[in-house]
Amino acid sequence: MVLSSKDKAIIKAAFGKIGGHAADYGAEALERMFLGFPTTKTYFPHFDLSHGSAQVQAHGKKVGDALTKAADHLDDLPSALSALSDLHAHKLRVDPVNFKLLSHCLLVTVAAHHPGDFTPAVHASLDKFLANVSTVLTSKYR
Amino acid sequence: MVNLSGDEKNAVHGLWSKVKVDEVGGEALGRLLVVYPWTRRFFESFGDLSTADAVMNNPKVKAHGSKVLNSFGDGLSHLDNLKGTYAKLSELHCDKLHVDPENFRLLGNVLVVVLARHFGKEFTPDLQAAYQKVVAGVANALAHRYH
Repeated sequence: MVLSSKDKAIIKAAFGKIGGHAADYGAEALERMFLGFPTTKTYFPHFDLSHGSAQVQAHGKKVGDALTKAADHLDDLPSALSALSDLHAHKLRVDPVNFKLLSHCLLVTVAAHHPGDFTPAVHASLDKFLANVSTVLTSKYR
Repeated sequence: MVNLSGDEKNAVHGLWSKVKVDEVGGEALGRLLVVYPWTRRFFESFGDLSTADAVMNNPKVKAHGSKVLNSFGDGLSHLDNLKGTYAKLSELHCDKLHVDPENFRLLGNVLVVVLARHFGKEFTPDLQAAYQKVVAGVANALAHRYH
């Protein structure tokens, strides 16, 4: 499901509004995911997953930064995300179903913080963006 | 059956009492049709669904969204027997409407996003988790009589 030029414009504008909050939103989305979909915790047995955990905060920043970078390279996601794609395929091996769960929680987080800007069109473009990122991150799995 | 604690049930009902069911229903169904356009296959008689604006302003979408969400609200009053509550609707969706149950999961998650948009911080991670259990329970109950 290809990103149109309209999608790309919407995604760039959305990340402009999200700005420096990407790290916080990443952490909040992870917390929402761990609580809403407890099976996702199986990938983090080594983490303190309690509310406010520094590890979750740090990991959320990694997620937020990666998505911000991706939003800046919409014309070549595979290249921009190549290292992360290798990591997920060979080391992390997170089952593909989980990318949808984190993507959903990211949308919930953005909707909660930007109710007025999160129009149906923005919702659609961000959902497509996250689906594209997920596809790239699982593209080398087999 | 949905596995909610007493506190979770209270939180779910507490939020639901503040939901403008007609408005939220129309918005949730509208967003489903915009974000996942293939879902329009079930609504060819609804008229103009060609753009996001057309969908969100379509009176049939609003009316149907309201109907769907009122039914969801009924489920909230029967969390201990969702399968019984939705038995007839499940048969209808299978035998007459031919709706793939995956669509119930999609709509459930769109509803969660809409609740987050309306309630912001109040829609805490814990409250979202309770609602995820409810929407999963409703989706499963609606799929239960499929054959």
